Amino acid sequence: MSDQYLAAPVPADESARVEEASAAAPGRRNPLRGAAGRNLGLVIALVLVCAVGVATAGERFASVDNLMTILRLAAVLGVVSVGMTFVITAGGIDLSVGSVIGLSSVWASTLATQAMAQDFHWVVIVFTALAVGLGAGLVNGVLIAYGRVVAFIATLAMMVAARGLAEVIANRQTQVVRVPAFLDAFRQDVLGVPVLVWIFAVVAVVGWVLLNRTTFGRRTIAVGGNPEAARLAGINVKRHTMYLYALSGLTAGIGGVMFLGRTTAGSSTNGLYYELDAIAAVVVGGTLLAGGRGSIVGTVLGVLIFTTLTNVFTQNNLSISAQAIFRGVIIVAAVLLQQRLAERSRSRAT
Amino acid sequence: MVNEDRTAAAAAPTDAILRMRGIVKQFPGARALDGVDLEVRAGEVHCLLGQNGAGKSTLVKVLAGAHQPDEGEIVLDGTPVTITHPVAGLCLGVATMYQELDVVDGLSVAENVYLGHELASRGFTQRRAAAQRSRELLRRLGHPELSPHREVGTLPAAGKQVVSMARALSHDARVIVMDEPSAVLDSEEVANLFRVVRELTAQGVAIVYISHRLEEIRQIGDRITVLKDGRTVAQGLPAATTPTADLIRLMTGRTVEYAIPRRPPVPDDAPVVLRVEDLTVRGAFADVSFDVRAGEVVGLAGLVGSGRSEVLETVFGARRPHAGRVSVDGSPVHAGSVGAAVRAGIGLCPEERKSQGLLLDEPVYRNITLSSFARTARGPFLDEAAERRVADEQVTALDLRPADPDRAARTLSGGNQQKVLLARWLVHGCRVLLLDEPTRGVDVGARAEIYALIARLAAAGTAVVVVSSEIDEVLGLADRVLVLSEGRVVHTGPASEIDEHRVLDLVMEGSAA
Repeated sequence: MSDQYLAAPVPADESARVEEASAAAPGRRNPLRGAAGRNLGLVIALVLVCAVGVATAGERFASVDNLMTILRLAAVLGVVSVGMTFVITAGGIDLSVGSVIGLSSVWASTLATQAMAQDFHWVVIVFTALAVGLGAGLVNGVLIAYGRVVAFIATLAMMVAARGLAEVIANRQTQVVRVPAFLDAFRQDVLGVPVLVWIFAVVAVVGWVLLNRTTFGRRTIAVGGNPEAARLAGINVKRHTMYLYALSGLTAGIGGVMFLGRTTAGSSTNGLYYELDAIAAVVVGGTLLAGGRGSIVGTVLGVLIFTTLTNVFTQNNLSISAQAIFRGVIIVAAVLLQQRLAERSRSRAT
Repeated sequence: MVNEDRTAAAAAPTDAILRMRGIVKQFPGARALDGVDLEVRAGEVHCLLGQNGAGKSTLVKVLAGAHQPDEGEIVLDGTPVTITHPVAGLCLGVATMYQELDVVDGLSVAENVYLGHELASRGFTQRRAAAQRSRELLRRLGHPELSPHREVGTLPAAGKQVVSMARALSHDARVIVMDEPSAVLDSEEVANLFRVVRELTAQGVAIVYISHRLEEIRQIGDRITVLKDGRTVAQGLPAATTPTADLIRLMTGRTVEYAIPRRPPVPDDAPVVLRVEDLTVRGAFADVSFDVRAGEVVGLAGLVGSGRSEVLETVFGARRPHAGRVSVDGSPVHAGSVGAAVRAGIGLCPEERKSQGLLLDEPVYRNITLSSFARTARGPFLDEAAERRVADEQVTALDLRPADPDRAARTLSGGNQQKVLLARWLVHGCRVLLLDEPTRGVDVGARAEIYALIARLAAAGTAVVVVSSEIDEVLGLADRVLVLSEGRVVHTGPASEIDEHRVLDLVMEGSAA
């Protein structure tokens, strides 16, 4: 037992260092509070964007109507970004979600514009879009997990192919949905808040619970953090990977039907570039692109920051091009900041 | 200080081109180098021997300038030097050929040779000059047939190695470090490698040669330095005449006293828990059969590459066997599926804790509960309170230090990381525990604790299989020992009836056959 003291100094020394670190930054060690700290930065950014909005557009910006407009616009991107958060947390990427929004909305609108559309319940339209999204996601998942295709390539292929299929189905025309029950369902307000926003809220809450409070979420983080360790801990990494892409596809399907409900138009160009906006929102929200850490709250904040920014620019009649430049700057700034934080936490750890 | 260095250098034999003295490199939680001495003469092939984890690769990186030593001095050609980064090492004439061939497949031979120090004029590469000089270097290496314009990706491994050597020469290297250069070569290519090495040494270049293959070292080496646990345990041994058994004993022998607790013998009527029958993975091992009874510890002894780790991984379902069966408590386990093995009650603490075992950035308690959601979760929903309760029990029971379940696993020392992995399977409540190098990178104090823990597990009726490079550790822990050599079981018997020498003899006989 005299050997014991040989081992003791190292841990004792390290714990002292950690105490020091936690004294300097209270609660940094607690992962939940650490995430809260990161989210605080995002909240500050969002408040800043809003302040600029109020300063430059005044009443036009700071009205309930405008708030609802922002949220309604944020809803589709938000739902898709929640799915994307899971994929990226597990160390993957899904480039196909924008195209899957297009495909699922076109597929659903084609169904809804048939003569028989009046005969069936509007929920059929919804389920069609969800099934199309889920199906596309499953194809991605099977290719990546069991076909061992790199996620970037598999979903890139799906991105191109799903857009093409949407064009074929839509015959390059925009189909306007005129099923009153369907449109009413998506355009009404519940408790003064649009249904689209409710859907976003529900998906975000379900996503948060799934990532933070279920074994599925814990396994997602494990697969992203160290796939080999996850496999040797008995997790079925392949099956889990497949589920993740199916989940992302499903959220894209939900996004597709929301898009249809908002615009009434089923067009193959629906959801163009949404994959890029979603990835940007997820990464700005603090989810590590390398996997192993994810934040639904961060993603939601990221989506709100981008959407609010768009709104502020529109209110001030600034061009879309100027917006795009500014968004690029924000992405780079956020990622640089994240890397600094990650390096700091790593140097503390080692 | 400077004066001291001068005198030291003056006192050194004039032909020592490289001297490293008292090199220490501390990593978080592990002392990778703990006082290494190395002396290399011009024109010799100096072999560096040591087991995985002995510190060879770290030493190479220190020499190449990829790591900075915390203590110690490096004297090159009589001048003390500080190698601050890889380019500085090259400028001083120290070139390294890493274990993984460090060539770019998409570039030509000449482009690879001058990678990083391209011949250029005003920013434009001078392709013709590079090709010309590469041709000269290749001729010097005895490979005039290699075209400088050939794409490196189309070359066989031996050809890539020649390119790698040409690159080392292009820096006017006086010391070339070769980290397991023969690992990717067949016997004919090895012969060619040796020819090149001899030509280089004839020109006065010193080679630091790292290999696990002792017969190679006999063939090509001049002198040997042996590392163990980050220390030099022997240096300047004649490569041709030092007995093999001595070398292996130096590499594997214990240098510190530690206590392996005595255990009562396993009762004869103890039921068989794990049964492995005729397990075969082609290219790794063949026809391995053994039983492990409740409360029994079975050890697998053998050298690196004998198939011992592969056997464990296959029993655990991480590799798919070509033939054979594994059963736990009489029921067969679906082959090639980790999930099935875990459900059957098999747990594995893998050889590489960091890359194969832990979620380094996740807190300790989540690492502990990763395989036991069936116990801690309510259906699909996590129960963090239950997880913490379960983890706290283990942290206390295993005396994890610091006793903080919220720390990231990365920040723990090697011994404590191993305890976290053991805790994972303790929580899972496994019937069979497979331990691959359970004490590698573990300091002395924690070692004793891990031994005690293994004894406790066995006493509780767990069937344990241990693999270790340290033969005396296997013999001390195990009730029964299987000796593996080149993928075959060459001996099975009680651990008390065999000693380290006999195991080494068996290993030697097996590889000679």
